[in-house]
Order: sequence, then structure tokens, then C-alpha cells
Amino acid sequence: MISLTNIEKVYRTSTIETLALNNINLHIGQGEFASIMGPSGCGKSTLLNIIGLLDAPSKGSISVGGQPVTSYSDQEMARLRNQRLGFIFQSFHLINDLSVLDNVEIPLLYRKQISAAQRRQMAQEALERVGLSNRVKHFPKQLSGGQKQRVAIARAIVGRPEIILADEPTGNLDSVMGNEILSILQGLNNDGATIVMVTHDEAMAKKTHRLIRLFDGTMVGDTTLTLC
Amino acid sequence: MLANYIKIAWKVLLRHPFYTFITLFGISLTLTVLMVLTSFIDHLVGSHYPETNRNRSLYIEKMVLRDSSRSSQNSGPMSFKFLTQYAKTLKTAEKVTITSFFRTSNAYAGAQKIKLNTKYTDAAFWEVMNFTFLEGKPYNEQNIRNGELVAVITDDFRRQYFSDLSEPVVGKDIEVESIHYKVIGVVKGSPPTRIFSYADIYFPYTVPKSNYEQDDIMGGYVAVVLANKASDRKAVQEEFQDKIRRIPLPGNRNGFKYDIAEVGCAPYVESMLSIFMEGGPQVKVIFYSVIAFLMFMLMGLPAINLVNVNVSRIMERSSEIGIRKAFGAPIRTLLMQFIVENIFITFIGGTIALVLTLITIYLINQSGWIAYADLTINLNVFLVSIGVCLLFGLLSGVAPALRMSKLSIVEALKS
Repeated sequence: MISLTNIEKVYRTSTIETLALNNINLHIGQGEFASIMGPSGCGKSTLLNIIGLLDAPSKGSISVGGQPVTSYSDQEMARLRNQRLGFIFQSFHLINDLSVLDNVEIPLLYRKQISAAQRRQMAQEALERVGLSNRVKHFPKQLSGGQKQRVAIARAIVGRPEIILADEPTGNLDSVMGNEILSILQGLNNDGATIVMVTHDEAMAKKTHRLIRLFDGTMVGDTTLTLC
Repeated sequence: MLANYIKIAWKVLLRHPFYTFITLFGISLTLTVLMVLTSFIDHLVGSHYPETNRNRSLYIEKMVLRDSSRSSQNSGPMSFKFLTQYAKTLKTAEKVTITSFFRTSNAYAGAQKIKLNTKYTDAAFWEVMNFTFLEGKPYNEQNIRNGELVAVITDDFRRQYFSDLSEPVVGKDIEVESIHYKVIGVVKGSPPTRIFSYADIYFPYTVPKSNYEQDDIMGGYVAVVLANKASDRKAVQEEFQDKIRRIPLPGNRNGFKYDIAEVGCAPYVESMLSIFMEGGPQVKVIFYSVIAFLMFMLMGLPAINLVNVNVSRIMERSSEIGIRKAFGAPIRTLLMQFIVENIFITFIGGTIALVLTLITIYLINQSGWIAYADLTINLNVFLVSIGVCLLFGLLSGVAPALRMSKLSIVEALKS
């Protein structure tokens, strides 16, 4: 599904050069639920951003569905993100000026073939899926942390992407809410979605199928987990 | 998508009332100035009372006589005789009127001196111009042939000259420069900015002091040619220039020997602009440079200022930009979003400006600063105003939108 070959990411300033990722080779297969773990600053989010085409690697190549995408134009990258990827962020990243429904509709705005009525319908269905169909007219500021993250999940899945990338989706939530979010993600995975999740919660990671460990920008472990 | 953009733009406006006030104040003030200016230009060059036929008229207002070396020249209006021979005989025109430019004069209402402007015209003047007669009627060919001392006055002059306004003044006597005239009609006056129709009193050209019999090629008269329709004007111009080519040359005018005679026959704006263009291409460059500079001062500077305000406003929304990019918005779409938002804001400013312009125009019209001023917001002014709003919105929106769209997604999301 997604393959990373010899990925390297270097951050340069005028005085310093930081190697954030070093020689990463990784393949995420269809239907997998993989978690990425490691201490703070080890490059987890950087890796997720590169997998999600939000950031470009300094070296190496990425292919999605067997297609190399490193040389894609802005327009092609945008189309790929829009149609095949969905994102969930730790701090939700909802647009406070828009209602819950409008927030969820965002990915569909950039698909020309979907009418306004279809958009509305699909957004409502996504919100039903995360149990928030009664909050469509609310604004993000009127919601709890857990509710915000559920809106963010609805936004990630509204366009029915094949891959969902979650960057510490439970990081800002209490354990009850965290478990609730994780069970939604598990449900999505059971329905066929490929999920890659960054977490520093060992217990959460153990509920996924595969655990990738990073240390100082290097992949130090890749374990397939057997779920109890 | 458009509704989504506008919804966001509206929310952003409400988020920071002070910023919004500054932005809208700047936009509406600039646009008010531009709209009032447009209205004033329309007042000057548009087809308005009583020159409602300007769009199908041609103006013959100046003759230039030059010697063969082009080192000396005589220029100015023409004689009545010349225009009778060369303009009045145009076959392609519907009507041609010969009229003098207005001349200053004095009249006395009892002991009170009234400064006024007079104009000598033919009968066709009243057909080419669309004056509204409040009393009486215009003088006709018969009055002119008989050399009758009659006059058409404006309502403003009537108010100044006659103390009793309850009675009609047609048939009454007025005295101008020691000559008695009978008032034959009263018209609603024309603003002094419309020099071909403006005067306080109109006389038939056969009254004394009109100099219509002056035996010279130049004099104090101009002609307005009315074509059947606007598109016929080219044919009229060609016929007129054909006649001008037949002026006997070389000629001698009061000792000045001329070899070249040029007479323009042009639409109103062109005719007026020719005054500025007289000095050749260099003057043309200066004229257009001044216009460009004024436009820059009026639109460019406020736009640059607005760019700064917009940059801060847009950068504040970098997280939103990151989100939209992450979910598939290409740079082009984001650029469009911010430009649409900016145009939306500009149009709010434009609506405020429209109200301010209406108030300003009302005040100008009522102030008496320009007699008979009739500044309006008509369709032309309105369309130009919309164009100006669009241009201003683009000018002040493109730069911030470009800067924003180049933000990397990760950086944008971090903020």
C-alpha cells in the first residue's frame, strides 16, 4: 500500500543540521493497523508526516499503491491526499469558525464531482458513525476534547480514504475517552481501513497489529502483534 | 465551496472587530473617493441633461491654422459663416447646431447687478439639446429670420431677475447690455460644466453683438453635429474632413499666412481631451503619467496598506491553511479562497462606500458648488464601482494569498 525506501529527513538551519530520520525502509500493507512508538523527539511525527505526504523527505522515495509519488506536483499530491488519505491530529485541528458539519465536509470540498447535497449527506453519515449526529450545528468550542477528536475522525473518514494516519489521537484525552477513540479506530480497521497511528502509550500500541519502534530517527523494531 | 469561503470570511471579520473596522474604514473611504470621482467624471462626460444626445454627437470646437513650417499657428473657435458653409451642410448628419461659447454679460434687476452668461444659437440648438421648457417655447427659424429680440432664460436667471415668481414671465421684458429682449421661454438650466449648453440667457444669433456676420474663417462659434445613431458618427467625420480638405489654401488671416487648416470633429471626450493633447506626444505622456500617478495614489497606496493588514490576518489562520492543505486543497484552490474572501470583504466595504457616496453626492448636489449639479450613481457609475471593488480586492488580496499558500503544511499545522 505505502512503501518508504531509504528515507532520510534532515532539518537545516544556518548553524545546525539535525538528522530526524535515518535510512527508514517500511512497507505498510492494506488493512494493517500499525502503531509507531518511541521517546519524544525520536522522529515519530516526522515519519507519519512523510507517510502522509504532508512533508517531503530529504532523501529516499515513497510509493503509494506501487506508484512512486516523490516527484508529484502540488496538484497531484493534493489529489492523492484528498482521495486516499485521512488525518487525525493530537490537537484535533478543527476550524473554530466552522460548524461541526462544515468541518467534516472539508475534504469533500476539494472533490469537484460531489454536489453540496451529497457532501452534506456524507458528512452526516460520518458523524453518525462516530456518534455525533446530534452535534452537527455545534462549533468546536462547544465540544469536549473527546467530542472534538470524534469530529476529527469523522472528517478523516468522510471521503472514505484507504489509509488513516493518526498522530497521537488520544494524547490530549483521558483514558476513558482515549479507549473510546481507539475502539472507533479499531472499528474502522475492521471495516477495511489501513491505519497508522503514532502513540507513546504502550497499552494503546499493543491493541494494534504491528508495532514499529523508533529511536533517534532510526527504526529499531518492527513487531507483528498477536491480539488477545 | 463559495458559501464555505464566505462563511469563513464573515467569521474572520467578526473575530477581530478593531481590525475589521480599520480594514473596512480604509476600503470604504478609498472606494467612496473613487466612486465620487467616477460619478463626477460621468457628470462631466456622460450623456446628461440637456446634452442627452452626447453619445451620438460630434463636436467641432476648434480650428488650428498653421504655416508650412509649423512654427506659428492660430487656433480657436470658428466664425458663424465658416460653420454654416462646412458643418451646416453635412449630408450624413441628422441635425447640426451652431452656437457661441458662453460670454459674460451684466443685467440689472432694479439697482441690483446680475452677472450672467449669454449664448447665441440657431434654432436647431433646441433640437440637438434636450432642454426642459418650464414656460413658453424656443425661438424658431421665423424669429431668427425676422431678427426678433427674443430670449430664452433659465429658471435660475428668472429667480434673480423677476421679483414676482407667481406670474409667468413669458412676454415680459428683460434688459441686457442696454438692449431690451422679450422672454420667449424659460428652461431648466444646464450646469456650467456642460460648456456647449450652459448659459443663463440664450439669444437667436441674429440679435445685435452676436458677430454672426463676421467675415473671417475664425470667430466665436462652435458646432454640435447630431448623427442619426452613434455608429453613423464615423461617416459624418469622414464627410466633414472631406470638406475641410477643400478649404482654399494657402490663406491669409489678418496678416497671418497659413498653409494648413485643421478642424476636429470628434466625440465629446476626445474633443475635450484634445485640449490636453495639444502639445504633442510629450504632453500626452505627461497627461497619462499624471492620471496613472493619481490612480496609484488613490488605489495603490491604500491597497498596499491593506496588503499588510491582510498578511497579518491570513497568517493568523495558518493552522486552517495547514488543515485545508492536508485534506487535499491545492495551492491554486487556496489562492482562490483567499482572493474570494478578500473580494467579499471589499464588496462589504463597497456597499458602505455606496451609501457614503450617495450621501456625498447628495451634499454636492445640494451645496450649490456646481450650479444645476446632477451627480448620480447610474448604471455606468455602478458598473465602474463594481469593477473598482474587484480590482481593489485583487490588488490587496493576491500578495497575502500567495505568501500564505507557500507555507509548508507541517509548519502551518504547528502554528
